[in-house]
Amino acid sequence: MDFGLSEEQTLLQTTLRRYLEAECRPTRVREVMESETAHDSGLWRGLAGLGVTGLMVPTELGGSGLELLDLALAADELGRSSTPGPFLGNAMATIALLEGEASARERWLPAVATGEAVLSFALGEGIGEWDAERLETRFQGGKLDGTKPLVPFAEVADAILVAARGPEGPGIWAVDRGAPGVTSTPLTGNDLTRRVSHVRFEGTPASPVASGRAAIDRVRDAGLVLLAADASGGAHRCLEMTVQYALTREQFGQVIGAFQGVKHQLANIATDLEPAVSLWWYAAHAYDHIREKSERHAALAKAHLTDLYDTTVRYAIELHGGIGFTWEYDLHLWFRRALFDRAFLGEASYHRQRAADLAGW
Amino acid sequence: MNLKYSEEYQHFRDEVRAFLQENWTAADAASNPVASEMAQSLGSIARTDERATEFRKKAAARGYMYRHVPRRYGGGEQPPDPLKATILQEEFRRVKAPPELASQGPSMLVPTLLAHGTDEQKKQFVEPTLLGHIRWCQGYSEPGAGSDLASLRTSAVLEGDEWVVNGQKIWTSNAREADWMFALVRTEPEAPKHEGISYLLIDMKTPGIDVRPLRQMDGDAHFNEVFLDNVRVPRGQMVGPRGEGWRVSRSTLKAERALIGNASMARRAFDGTVLLAQQTKVRGKRAIEDSKTREQLAELEARVLAAEYNGFRLLTASARGEDPGLAGLVTKLHTSTLAYDVSRLAMDISSDHALLAPGEKHAPFSGFLVQSYMMYFALAIGGGAPNIQRNVIGERGLGLPRDTRR
Repeated sequence: MDFGLSEEQTLLQTTLRRYLEAECRPTRVREVMESETAHDSGLWRGLAGLGVTGLMVPTELGGSGLELLDLALAADELGRSSTPGPFLGNAMATIALLEGEASARERWLPAVATGEAVLSFALGEGIGEWDAERLETRFQGGKLDGTKPLVPFAEVADAILVAARGPEGPGIWAVDRGAPGVTSTPLTGNDLTRRVSHVRFEGTPASPVASGRAAIDRVRDAGLVLLAADASGGAHRCLEMTVQYALTREQFGQVIGAFQGVKHQLANIATDLEPAVSLWWYAAHAYDHIREKSERHAALAKAHLTDLYDTTVRYAIELHGGIGFTWEYDLHLWFRRALFDRAFLGEASYHRQRAADLAGW
Repeated sequence: MNLKYSEEYQHFRDEVRAFLQENWTAADAASNPVASEMAQSLGSIARTDERATEFRKKAAARGYMYRHVPRRYGGGEQPPDPLKATILQEEFRRVKAPPELASQGPSMLVPTLLAHGTDEQKKQFVEPTLLGHIRWCQGYSEPGAGSDLASLRTSAVLEGDEWVVNGQKIWTSNAREADWMFALVRTEPEAPKHEGISYLLIDMKTPGIDVRPLRQMDGDAHFNEVFLDNVRVPRGQMVGPRGEGWRVSRSTLKAERALIGNASMARRAFDGTVLLAQQTKVRGKRAIEDSKTREQLAELEARVLAAEYNGFRLLTASARGEDPGLAGLVTKLHTSTLAYDVSRLAMDISSDHALLAPGEKHAPFSGFLVQSYMMYFALAIGGGAPNIQRNVIGERGLGLPRDTRR
């Protein structure tokens, strides 16, 4: 038994971190997030070049054939750098294709792996539930009808994979870019690095990707783990930024990090955060290897890590004082990501209730 | 990451089962002289009778127990393997076989002796300690030296071949039952405070030792005061060089933090709380049906799981010879706070019955959860109070500067 990262995984972490520290500094993050789409194709190609978009794509389709833990380690790094772009929706769409039919997989995954194609995934319908059984978007006679009010990066997606209800129950269908009957309206979100759009389908032609609620659940669970990992990376970065600040900011004749009030608050954050890393590692590992624990762990990890993200960024801003509340200072980039991570795919309370149900309590 | 029980481990489990079938029968399990199972699971009262000793010797000889201790000192001498350790724990628990003793002697003194003791000291103390034949207490804290332990004043002066010890220790767990004490004493009064301390092994039967129980807030008297009045200790009972006691004791303190940082206390309290919520009716419905309670339980379970998996992570790091950094430093504060939060929820679920004291038979689970609610303080304070932990985490873990304390 081994509860740790492999050498390859550690290498993936350090490679990505080095790349993002060079190519995705906060100044670049701001440029991208203030652009029209918040998607920088150069940055995306760079990430694809490091293998990020193909981590879970099978080797015969041009990817690395790895597991959710590897993808989550990438999410952790992207969260740490507050990287703008369509990673999450693209990753969830990749999972959907892995769960689905060979023809769709072969059509899309090679281009996903190289970064030439960007996909998105449309699940929630704005009712606070992300449950395959509650979907009202319909697929019938080769066409989709319905509304998805919060689709990530719909404006840049080459295809949107849509969870809907068909004649035989829930399933996933793909809508190509430019398909007729699609009305997509970009919304102003809190998180400037991850855009969302309101998308309406009216008689939109769509092709089958996967059938059954299990496929949709798998996509949701993978998404939950990726959000937990993003939250973990972001929270760690906020803690580090605050430690750095406490080591340099002087008041009352000493650096503020020497005050126990400051030191103990930072120690409390580290105490909650550090053990929680193992929770999303386990959730990611369970997704591929311990199926019976996968759904519940994904829910618990998402709820726990996104709560911690919120607490961490709150204290980070407080400890910075006034400067932390300004637009110029970078902390709000992470504050905004924390808002996204908490709300997207359902808030903490919803997933804790689900986890309680799944435990049979 | 690999959490699978490969064939090798399946085979190992079969071996352990066969060993247990042969060496620990249902009759053995039923012959347990320790009355309450809860008392056993809470800590220091694991059975050490003849039958248990015989069993432990066999288990150690097979490498199933005290795996970190060399064979020549009575250990199992096996490479660290978290999964095998888990299998052993599961299988031993299943048939109620005596586990490794986890009291202060085996978990704190033995690692220190193995690292710093002479061969003679190891031979004299390690095996009898592992079998529970020598029971230990820890003589560290003093009335004036708690969080600032290195300011301790109990003195030891060399007269001929003996150290003459004078002073007072406090918060000494199990001092009345203990045969020996491992203590920190000041041998170099002129040296800077950390450099004047030595590590001494003191026979509790030596004349001049007076033990007085201290009653704690839950009514029990787990702790004691120990008065030392001209206690004469042979020179050979010092561990490590004279004046090096602080450094020697660091390995023991680290062992204590790991011991207290173990997630099993929080896990037991959590599982007990779920059971309580399933069995308790509050205002006409079972507590477990209340949505706020369900949510709180799920929130706490995430933290319990994080503590358990963090334990796996630390074991893996230790097996790989890596420094786990922050993940290791935070465990004690993390798990003790968690145990408190779990017990507090249990108190709320108990509703009116939270008024009843431990041992009262009308209290849910005879008040076990109230007891763990109060014992949180022993966990949180022992081995370094929470704010001392925060200093350590902030300074050693995060690299923040020391404050002005000397």
